[in-house]
Amino acid sequence: MMRKPVFVKTIQFVGIGLFVFALALFSWSLTASKFVLNEEALKAAIGNEQHWAHVAVHIAPMQGQTYPNSFAFIAALDAALRRAQEDIRKQVTDELGLTPSDGAYWNAILQDYQLKAVRFPVAKASAMGLLPDRSWLFFALSIGLGVLSAFLYLLPQKRDLPGIWHNGLWHHSLTSRGWLGMALGAWLIAFYALLYFYPEHLVNWVIMVDPISEALSGHPASQWFLYGLLYTLAILVMGVRMLIKYRHNRYQIIRTVSVMFFQTAFAFLIPEILVRLNKPYFDFKNIWPLDYDFFFEIDELIANGTLGIFMLGWGIALAVVGVPVFTYFFGKRWYCSWVCGCGGLAETMGDPFRQLSSKKLRAWRIERWLIHGVLVFAVVMTAMVLYTYFTGESRVLGLDSYQVRKWYGLYIGSWFAGVIGTGFYPLMGNRVWCRFGCPLAAYLGLVQRFRSRFRITTNGGQCISCGNCSTYCEMGIDVRWYAQRGQDIVRASCVGCGVCAAVCPRGVLRLEQASADVSKRASELRVLRMVPGKQVEMLA
Amino acid sequence: MHIVIIGNGISGITAACHIRKLSDYRITVISGESEYFFSRPALMYIYMGHMTFEHAKPYEDWFWDKNRIERIHGWVDQVDFAAKQVILYDGRKIGYDRLILATGSQPNKFGWPGQDLDGVHGLYSLQDLEALERHSPHIEHAVIVGGGLIGVELAEMLHSRHIPFTFLVRESSFWNIVLPPEESAMVTRHIRAHGVDLRLESELKEIWGDQQGRCKMVVTSEGEKIRCQYVGLTAGVSPNVDFLRFSALDIEKGILVDDYLQTNIPDVYAIGDCAQLRQPQPGRRPIEAVWYTGRMMGQVVAQTICGKPTPYNPGIWFNSAKFFDIEYQVYGTVLPNPPEHHASLYWEHPDGQRSVRIVYDRRTDSVLGFNLMGIRYRHEVCERWLCDGTPIEEVLQDLSLANFDPEFYPQYEGAIVAQYNQQAGKQLKLRKRRRLDLVLDFLKR
Ligand SMILES: Cc1cc2nc3c(=O)[nH]c(=O)nc-3n(C[C@H](O)[C@H](O)[C@H](O)COP(=O)(O)OP(=O)(O)OC[C@H]3O[C@@H](n4cnc5c(N)ncnc54)[C@H](O)[C@@H]3O)c2cc1C
Ligand code: SF4
Ligand code: SF4
Repeated sequence: MMRKPVFVKTIQFVGIGLFVFALALFSWSLTASKFVLNEEALKAAIGNEQHWAHVAVHIAPMQGQTYPNSFAFIAALDAALRRAQEDIRKQVTDELGLTPSDGAYWNAILQDYQLKAVRFPVAKASAMGLLPDRSWLFFALSIGLGVLSAFLYLLPQKRDLPGIWHNGLWHHSLTSRGWLGMALGAWLIAFYALLYFYPEHLVNWVIMVDPISEALSGHPASQWFLYGLLYTLAILVMGVRMLIKYRHNRYQIIRTVSVMFFQTAFAFLIPEILVRLNKPYFDFKNIWPLDYDFFFEIDELIANGTLGIFMLGWGIALAVVGVPVFTYFFGKRWYCSWVCGCGGLAETMGDPFRQLSSKKLRAWRIERWLIHGVLVFAVVMTAMVLYTYFTGESRVLGLDSYQVRKWYGLYIGSWFAGVIGTGFYPLMGNRVWCRFGCPLAAYLGLVQRFRSRFRITTNGGQCISCGNCSTYCEMGIDVRWYAQRGQDIVRASCVGCGVCAAVCPRGVLRLEQASADVSKRASELRVLRMVPGKQVEMLA
Repeated sequence: MHIVIIGNGISGITAACHIRKLSDYRITVISGESEYFFSRPALMYIYMGHMTFEHAKPYEDWFWDKNRIERIHGWVDQVDFAAKQVILYDGRKIGYDRLILATGSQPNKFGWPGQDLDGVHGLYSLQDLEALERHSPHIEHAVIVGGGLIGVELAEMLHSRHIPFTFLVRESSFWNIVLPPEESAMVTRHIRAHGVDLRLESELKEIWGDQQGRCKMVVTSEGEKIRCQYVGLTAGVSPNVDFLRFSALDIEKGILVDDYLQTNIPDVYAIGDCAQLRQPQPGRRPIEAVWYTGRMMGQVVAQTICGKPTPYNPGIWFNSAKFFDIEYQVYGTVLPNPPEHHASLYWEHPDGQRSVRIVYDRRTDSVLGFNLMGIRYRHEVCERWLCDGTPIEEVLQDLSLANFDPEFYPQYEGAIVAQYNQQAGKQLKLRKRRRLDLVLDFLKR
C-alpha cells in the first residue's frame, strides 16, 4: 500500500494542530481586553450637547473603573445610558411639553437606535490592555497563523494522485453532521449573531485589523471591514484547496480562480480604494436584488457626480440587462458560481459540506415557496423605497417604507443571508441562502428555467443510478432523477458548479449550451437505449 | 391481474415502474436483500464514505406507495409454477397471474478449499457490504481474488480505508480478456501507481482457517502464503438461480428465455442478470450481467406483459466503468484479440492515462467500435455512427461531435486525426467543432 512519507504526514498534522491553536486563540482573544470608558469617544458618539449633559451625569460612576470584558463594560454603559435616556425623556415631556405625536419630540429624545449605535465605537475606543497593546502579535498568531497552518495542511495534498477526493466524508464528524460539524455550525452562528447584532463584542478582532484598514482605505476598521477581510481570506485559502482538489478539472480551476478574483478585487479591494479616494463604497459585481440596499442611497450616489451616476447606471444595467442577457447565453452560473461573493464562499469554504443539502422532493417544494417569496418581498420593498424616494411620502399602502426596508434588512439581509446562510453550512450544506433565500438567484433562476441556452445533458443510457451526482449537488437537485431517464437537467436552481459532472463515475453529465431545441430542453426525453427507437414514458 | 416480481434490482424495478405506467395491474416486488431498491454499483461509494445508503436509493420511500408498487421484504424459497404461487421462507404464499424472475447474480466460487470460511466474501449484495464493514476494523491485510470490474472496485474500497491488500489476478495484464493490450497495460500501470500490490498471473489455490473457522491465510498458485483476515472473491458472477433448479423451469447457466423474455413456462418471464437468451443477437452473449441490459429487459418485458409484445433487442453494445481514477467507456465492438479484418486507430496521451481507440472494418472502412480511457464520448453520436456503419474517415472528420468532456478540457480529436493521417498518409482535417447545436443537427438528420 502506498503511504505518504512520514514527514509529509507530520507537516499536515502540525498544520491541523496549529490551526486549532490559532482558532482557539482567535476565539479567546475576544476576551483579551480590559475596558476603561473613553469619555471622548462617548461624547463624540453621542454628538449632541444636551444629551451629553445628561449622559455625563450617569456615566460618572464608570470613570476610572476597569471592566474585565466587553460584556461587563457594555452592561454598565447600557445601564448608564438607559438612565440618561429616561432623564432626557422626562425633561422633554415635562419641561418642553412635547409628546410622541410631535415631530420635535423624536429629535429631542435619545432614541434606542442611537443608544445601540454608540456601543461599538465606544467599546472599540475603550479597549485596552493585553490585546490592544500588541494587536499585531494577536493578529499574527490567530489570523496569520490560521492562514499559514491551513496551507501546511493543504499544500501537501498536491502529492496525492488527482481524482475525486470524497473518501470518508460521510464517516467524518465534520462533514457528516457529527459533533465537529455541529460545533463549527455553532461557532459560525455565534459569529454571525455577534457581527450583525452585537458588534461591540467583536472590537478586539476589529482592533487587530485596524492597520490593514488604515493602509487600504485610510480609515480605521469597522466590523464590516473585519468581516470582508475574513471572508476574502476564507475564499482565498479554501480556493487554493479547490485548486488542488480539482487540479485535473479545468472547469473547476477556472471557475475557482474567477470567484477568488472577484472577491478579492471587486468585493474587497476596489471598494476600500474608492473610500480612500473619497468616493462612495461600491461593489461593482453586486447586483440588485441581492444588493437589496442599492436603491436606498440614490442621493448619495448622485451627489458623487459622474462616478456616482455611472455607478447608479451600472447597477441598474446589470440588473435589467446583464442578468437576462448573460443568463440567456450561459445560465445563471455566470453569476452564481463564477462571480458572486456568496457563491464564492459556498464554492470554496463550503465545498466540504455540499453533500449535506437535502435532495428530498419536500425540500424542493419548500425551496420554491421560500425563494420566490423572498423575491416578491425584495421587489415590493424596493418599490416602496422608490415610491418614497420620488414622492417623499413614506407611507405606502398603510405601511411605513422605512420600517419595511428595516424588516427586510433584519430578517432577510442579516438572519437569512448571514446567520442561517453561512452558519448552517455544516448542517444543511453550503448553499442554504442561495437555494432558499437569495432573491437574485430566484430572478436568475426564472430566466434560466424559461429563457436560456444552458442545460446539463446526459450521456445516452450510461447512467447507473449511483447517486453521486445528487449527493454532491449543493443545490439539492436530484440530478440522478433526470440522468437515469436520459433527460436534460433544466432546473431554475442549478448554479452550474459542474461538480455533478465531475463526480459522476460514468461520465454521464455535461454542462452545455445550445440554441437548438431550446424550448424543448426539459420536456423531451432524448431516450435512450431502452427500447431502441421507441419513446418510453416514465413514472413520476 | 397480479404481477409478482422476484428481485428488486434494476431489472425488476424497471419492469415494475413500466408496468405501472402502462397498466393498473396489481404489482408486488419481493426481495430478501432490502425493502427498497438501491443502486448496486453504488455499494462501493457507501463503503468509501462518499455516500450513505440513503443516497444509493434512486427513489424516495414514498414513491412506491404513491405508484402502488407493493413490496415484500423476504426470501423466496420456491415457486410452485403449477399452482402459480411463490412461497417464502417464512411460509407466506403469494399467488400470481404473471411472474417475473429478476433474481440477479451471485459471486462465483470455484470450489476453492476454504471458500466458505468466515471472512471470505464476495462483493455483490448489501449483506456482503455489511460483512466487509464488520470485518474492516480487524483487517491487517486482505486478499482480493479476481481482476474484473468488481475486483478493481473492491481494491479502490480497501485503498480508501488504507487497508493493505494483495490483489491476485489470473491474467497477464489487468482485464485483458476484455480490454485491448494498450488499455489493459494502462489500467495495470494506473492500479500500481496507487501503490496496490497487484500480482498478475497469480491465482488462488486455497484458503486456510483458524480454529474459530476464520480465514487466516491464502495460498496462491505459486505456493506463496499470504496472511490475511479478509478474502474478497471477485472472480466474476453467475446467475442466482439455484433455488429454482430442479423445477419445471428450463435453466442452463441462467434461466432460458426467448426473444420476448418468456421462459418455457407460460406467464413466467426472466430478466436481468439471471436470464439467459436462447438466441442472442449476433455478436452478443447469452448472459450479459450489466446494469443497462437489465434495465432494457425490464422495459421490454413490461411492454409485453401489458399487451404490446416487444422482442428484446439491446441495440449497439455499450458499457462503462472506472478503474480508480480512469474512466472507461466502450461503444460497439472492441475486442482484445480482434480478427484480421478489424483495424484499429489507437491514440494515447503522453501522460499514459488517456486514450481513444476506434475500431473499423479494414474491408469496408465502417467503424465498429470506440474504446475510451479517461475521455468521455457521447453515446448517441457514437451509436449513430456505429448503426450507420459510417466510414472511418467520415467519423474522424466529425470526431469533435462525439467529445463529451467538460468545458475547457483539452480536446484531442485533432491529435487523433493527425495520427490517422500519419498512419494512412492522408490529409484529413476536423470539419466540425464540439457544439451541442451541431450534435443535435447531426442526430436529427
Ligand atoms: C459491486 C458491483 C458493481 C457493479 N457495477 C456495475 C456498473 O458499474 N455497471 C454495470 O453495468 N453493472 C454493474 N454491476 C452489475 C449490475 O449491478 C448488475 O448487472 C445488476 O444489478 C443486475 O440487476 P438485476 O436486477 O438483474 O439483479 P440484482 O440487482 O442482483 O437484483 C436481484 C435481487 O433479487 C433478490 N433475490 C434473489 N433471489 C431471491 C430470492 N430467492 N428471494 C428474494 N429475493 C431474491 C436479490 O437479493 C436482489 O436484491 C455491478 C455489480 C456489482 C456487484
Ligand atoms: S446540478 Fe450539477 S452543476 Fe447544477 S448545481 Fe447541482 S451539482 Fe452544480
Ligand atoms: S453520478 Fe452519473 S452514473 Fe451516478 S446517478 Fe449521477 S449521472 Fe448517473
